[in-house]
Amino acid sequence: MKYRDEYRDAAAARRLADAIARAVTRPWTLMEVCGGQTHAIVRFGIDALLPREVTLMHGPGCPVCVTPVEYVDKAIEIAGRPGVILCSFGDMLRVPGSDGDLFAAKSRGADVRMVYSPLDAVEIARAEPSRQVVFFAVGFETTAPANAMAAYRANQLSLANFSMLVSHVLVPPAMRAVLEGPGNRVQGFLAAGHVCTIMGLADYAPIARRYGVPIVAAGFEPLDILEALYLCVRQLEEGRAEVENPYSRVVTPAGNRAAQALMGEVFRVIPRRWRGLGDIPDSGLALTDAYAGLDAERRFGRVCEGDEAEGECLSGLVLRGERKPTQCPAFGVRCTPERPLGVTMVSSEGACAAYFRYRGATAATEGAA
Amino acid sequence: MCLAVPGRVLDRSGDDPLTRVGRVDFGGVVKQINLAFAPEAEVGDYVLVHVGFAIAVIDAAEAARIFAHLDELGELAEFAARAP
Amino acid sequence: MSGEATIQLAHGGGGRAMARLIAEVIRPAFDDPELNRSHDGALIDLAGAVAFTTDSYVIRPLIFPGGDIGALAVNGTVNDLAMCGARPLYMSVGLILEEGLPLALLRRILASMRGAAGAAGVRLVTGDTKVVDRGKGDGIFINTAGIGAVVAPAPIGPQAVRPGDAMILSGDIGRHGVAVMAARENLGLEMAIESDCAPLWAPVLGLIEAGIRVRCLRDLTRGGLASASVEIAETAGVSIVLDESAVPIREDVASACELLGLDPMHVANEGRFIAFVAPEDAERTVELLRTHQVAAEAAVIGRVSAAPAGRVSCRGALGVARAIDMLSGEQLPRIC
Repeated sequence: MKYRDEYRDAAAARRLADAIARAVTRPWTLMEVCGGQTHAIVRFGIDALLPREVTLMHGPGCPVCVTPVEYVDKAIEIAGRPGVILCSFGDMLRVPGSDGDLFAAKSRGADVRMVYSPLDAVEIARAEPSRQVVFFAVGFETTAPANAMAAYRANQLSLANFSMLVSHVLVPPAMRAVLEGPGNRVQGFLAAGHVCTIMGLADYAPIARRYGVPIVAAGFEPLDILEALYLCVRQLEEGRAEVENPYSRVVTPAGNRAAQALMGEVFRVIPRRWRGLGDIPDSGLALTDAYAGLDAERRFGRVCEGDEAEGECLSGLVLRGERKPTQCPAFGVRCTPERPLGVTMVSSEGACAAYFRYRGATAATEGAA
Repeated sequence: MCLAVPGRVLDRSGDDPLTRVGRVDFGGVVKQINLAFAPEAEVGDYVLVHVGFAIAVIDAAEAARIFAHLDELGELAEFAARAP
Repeated sequence: MSGEATIQLAHGGGGRAMARLIAEVIRPAFDDPELNRSHDGALIDLAGAVAFTTDSYVIRPLIFPGGDIGALAVNGTVNDLAMCGARPLYMSVGLILEEGLPLALLRRILASMRGAAGAAGVRLVTGDTKVVDRGKGDGIFINTAGIGAVVAPAPIGPQAVRPGDAMILSGDIGRHGVAVMAARENLGLEMAIESDCAPLWAPVLGLIEAGIRVRCLRDLTRGGLASASVEIAETAGVSIVLDESAVPIREDVASACELLGLDPMHVANEGRFIAFVAPEDAERTVELLRTHQVAAEAAVIGRVSAAPAGRVSCRGALGVARAIDMLSGEQLPRIC
């Protein structure tokens, strides 16, 4: 596959890893924001190629992980109503709410359907006019334009039976929240490359300046991640805190104008609660007044946000990058994908689940890496 | 978030930019993709696709940059190895 | 059965309607002399060690690119016997039909079973039919039991696996799972990917007849290569190290997995198996397997070591090893 295979070349990866090792003179802690990047790092073992001085923390870049449990509960409740078809991306089907997940709801008879694209949900609504079709619209800025298009199309078609349960989150505010955290050790960021493809780079210069952290827009293949790590380390060694873009084959400083335009028409920025991170101002998206008629919360009742449960789970600290999964005493012992204590283990995209799956439970006994 | 995959545009149809679609070839698997967010995509271009939408046209020249950097690194490494 | 287009509850009622269904649709589909005697059970002669297996088949959609539930049921049973080193001989078939199932669909599935049975050399000698209410079944569920004559000179199973053994995969992975998922979830993919559903006795027999000391065989089904490897490692108490670059996978299957966010290691297969042999037999095993079309891509993909017991790891594209485990449930496409 072109534009994929060549970015997985082992020799090239080692060359970049060597370059990082040569550049490094003292310890640095970096964070990659996006769950997809975490996935690639753990799957390809990229962190195993890095010198000991470079510590990679895994950030809150998993919208599945940070979706408040109340939204999952709401989706399950809506799915259980007669005549409703609940459409969702595959990722969300196994995230547990307070009492089971959407998959379990399906086995209890709810009509829950997995879709690949938000437009598939609109098509289902068109094909089944007597049913209420609700689309669970989660994601970062990468997915927001597609979800916006679904709303736009539904309005264009004057569909009375389509609505969206919106739980969108934005990345830059989460990065700020991480940097503001009292226990923060992150000194440089790998920004989420596909979020940047949509939104461009304008959000990051103020963050880099304010907190003195280099921010490098990173892709998702091994060479992209290693190149970004190299540039980030080089900046830190040189005492710079700038925004850099090695993922320029798809990221431009201005981003995707057409996507931003539609997002601006359909969504407005609101405060949002993030599972594990708490309330972050200006960090979520909701439908604008023009599209409020499609809001599933209007049709089926508002989501009531409760307080987060305390317990042994450290997922908040993991999402903030203040702890690695292997540094949690419960990891692999009392907390496994089969019996998860918190969202980062439950969701297959969570840092804990990724570690468990690719490193095995014995990673805990190998010591904090 | 953000699993996006590169593919080659085989054809495109539709006059309305918001509903324009194209068949995109992902290494032997072809799917119809919405091109609303990549209006400049031409047949033969590579696009980056997320949840059924092209979110960028892949710039071949920019894509070559990392390999130029790798070449430099290769030369540097050899230089360092030869240095006394 | 003129005039009836779908299965009715009466077809499972034990009365005339059921007798007609069996006599006019089911038995003729197989035309087996033993089945035609229409007894409560089949009478067969067996001598020597016998392998005995059972399986149930529940799949949506019932018809998918490259096969259907009928072919799946026959080949799945044949393959379970083959993995025991046993020549497949006889099968039973229990059909649970959902009220409303189109008769034409049932005929098609039965014809498919007959074709698969003929190709695999197995006879369908006894069966049962039940009907459940509309909404209580996915069209049709199939249960089978299979009997085979053990041909392998030494017991084949995880207990025979030794540190140092080579692990050989019979062919490329991921076709079945991708084909079925794409059909089931209406993903709108144009692709030439079909299920690899196929019988595996011929390549296994080839190894046995060539005198290869086959330690263990396991066909890959749900859970893919990952689950099969982990099961063997855990049961045998050994460690397995896989080389990802040696695992054959077709480019379009790999691309479909990338597109959907699936890990090919966990995707279902229906016509592939892994074989564990002594290291000195590895090359010859691969040669022998490759003479069979269904195993034309056979390759050594891993090695067994003593410890840590039950652990499977895989050396990836960058040369770094990662742990391989079974997933909790079925893999779903992701966008994240």
